[in-house]
Amino acid sequence: MLYREAGQFKTNYVADRAIFPLREDRIGLGLIVLVAYSLAFLGNDFLLQAVLIPFLVFSLAAIGLNILTGYTGLLSLGTGAFMGVGAYACYKLMTAFPEVNVIVWIFVSGFFSAGIGALFGLPSLRIKGFYLAVATLAAQFFLQWCFIRIPWLVNYNVSGALEAPLRTLFGIPIVGATATPQTRYLVVLTIVIVLTWLASNLVHGRIGRMWIAIRDMDLAAELMGIRPLQTKLLAFAVSSYYCGVAGALLVFLWYGGAEYDVFNINQSFFILFMVIIGGLGSLIGSFFGAALIFIMPIVLGIVLPAIFEPLGIPIAAETIEHLRFMIVGALIIFFLIVEPHGLARLWQIGKQKLLVWPFPY
Amino acid sequence: MDILYKIFIEPFVFMGEAPDLLIQTLWEGLVSGILYALIALGFVLIFKASGVFNFAQGIMVVFSALILVGLYEQGVPALLALLLTGGAMLILALTVERVVLRPLVNQPDIILFMATFGLTYFLIGFGELIFGGSPKEMITSELYLPQGTTEVEMLGGFVRFQHLDIAATVIASIMIGLLAVFFSKTRIGRALRAVADSHKAALSVGISLNQIWVIVWFAAGIVALVAGIMWGARAGVSFSLQIIALKALPVLILGGFTSIPGAIIGGLIIGIGEKLGEFYWGPLVGGGIETWLAYVIALLFLLYRPQGLFGEKIIERI
Repeated sequence: MLYREAGQFKTNYVADRAIFPLREDRIGLGLIVLVAYSLAFLGNDFLLQAVLIPFLVFSLAAIGLNILTGYTGLLSLGTGAFMGVGAYACYKLMTAFPEVNVIVWIFVSGFFSAGIGALFGLPSLRIKGFYLAVATLAAQFFLQWCFIRIPWLVNYNVSGALEAPLRTLFGIPIVGATATPQTRYLVVLTIVIVLTWLASNLVHGRIGRMWIAIRDMDLAAELMGIRPLQTKLLAFAVSSYYCGVAGALLVFLWYGGAEYDVFNINQSFFILFMVIIGGLGSLIGSFFGAALIFIMPIVLGIVLPAIFEPLGIPIAAETIEHLRFMIVGALIIFFLIVEPHGLARLWQIGKQKLLVWPFPY
Repeated sequence: MDILYKIFIEPFVFMGEAPDLLIQTLWEGLVSGILYALIALGFVLIFKASGVFNFAQGIMVVFSALILVGLYEQGVPALLALLLTGGAMLILALTVERVVLRPLVNQPDIILFMATFGLTYFLIGFGELIFGGSPKEMITSELYLPQGTTEVEMLGGFVRFQHLDIAATVIASIMIGLLAVFFSKTRIGRALRAVADSHKAALSVGISLNQIWVIVWFAAGIVALVAGIMWGARAGVSFSLQIIALKALPVLILGGFTSIPGAIIGGLIIGIGEKLGEFYWGPLVGGGIETWLAYVIALLFLLYRPQGLFGEKIIERI
């Protein structure tokens, strides 16, 4: 009833090419952004610190991997390591040049990650499919080894861990122990919105079309004049840039400090789950995937005791942990069977249905 | 120049000076290579017959070993426990085929790959729920596996052979030989190869895909059980064995996803290369290079032969 295409006329080509052609979509997006910002003032610390900040960080990483896997069709299992490069680069830059604002360094650290990503993307010209996935595992294990073995990366810190020093923006602490979840959430939210907007413009433009052409058939794309090497490396670089920024956010605005183990192979798999469950080749899917994979275990941790304890079955914390693993695994299979194209496709179908509701034609 | 000397000359001088150490390192590489090959074999079996890259192979290794040890701890005699574990793998194969593979037939490869990820998570949770997360001892002597070591004097030193390693090599070789015969000589083996060539053509001559999938998943389960016993006897049965299973991936790409001899030779190259690299070149960069050396070796090989050593040649058409 409220969601109607009728009466909205497109009178020029710009309007026709708009990403959100419907007025309702634009209003909805504005509302979502508004709600996201107001949550900083309405939500409590638990919601911000344990749910929303990590959700946004993982969404950003998922967008990064989605550019590579979903849009360009290159399977990567090195996401965790690329996130790590961003985090370590940010730490080095922050401590070496403390006078420059930390926000600048968060954005710059992504470029280091992009460089490393493009380097490990070089084999992608010759290797395809699962072979490439295993090749990116080399990046994962090699980089993780570097994080452990090169003490210079953590400024010869005895604990070998990254620790967030105190940094401020307009005099308000945003990184470090005294930064409140509220300010950190606002910073993360703003960065994620800016980068998502950039990614949206990238994938809808000429570069995005090149990526999609390579994904659909790289030989044919090459014959049409798209250079595969440059295009694939660009995808690796942009993807790693997003992952690197996400890694820096993860350490400095969520954990406040981390060890090399944060960027292990499980992190890479975790992000890949989000991308596939959310929907390959869809930006909004990255958010859905991150929400499902990250928030579902939290919800299960709250819901499971609530179900079992009234039945007189007390369950230990580790049992919940095991059940959580089982349920997450089962749900992944379930979602793949129900909708192999991910949650983004379900969203699309839902919107289509809503357009013609209440009449099914 | 000093660094070049350390990389290119010193290790070889050391090898020549202490040939017994070299033999020892080669032997250790050989054993771990064969065991990698055994894990990789499970991947190859399933990939050949169904085109599924089965990520859950690693957890199947852990899971089967856990069932075996768990049953023995419940008082089941060791050999009966072995049989029952085989039965459990059959049930797993049937369930996977019915619940995961059949509804996902004809989906893109990456979707099936992801589904095996889901399976991995499910099995991790299930295994920990039933058997607990703590590491267990493998029932080595109850399964009549030899223990102890023999020291052989050769080349001016002693080389140490663990009996268990010898047994592992022999059993793995027998296993691989049996599978090769099974694939080339039996009726089911021929059907498997037909399915590997083309699903549609195999269906049209009356081969049941569902049945074939159960068979390969069961065979992969048995291979996983053997690998689980061997690795378990060497390193204890725990979920950290999964990381070892990831090492089977470079073996796999080295040998090619579809080749059984490839898996074996790839396993040997990776196993020996890794041990030699760690022992002779590792100290130069502070050690621990075993974690990534295998992947880098595989990556370098791939740059020259993108389909692996024995994989089918990739022909691309528009």
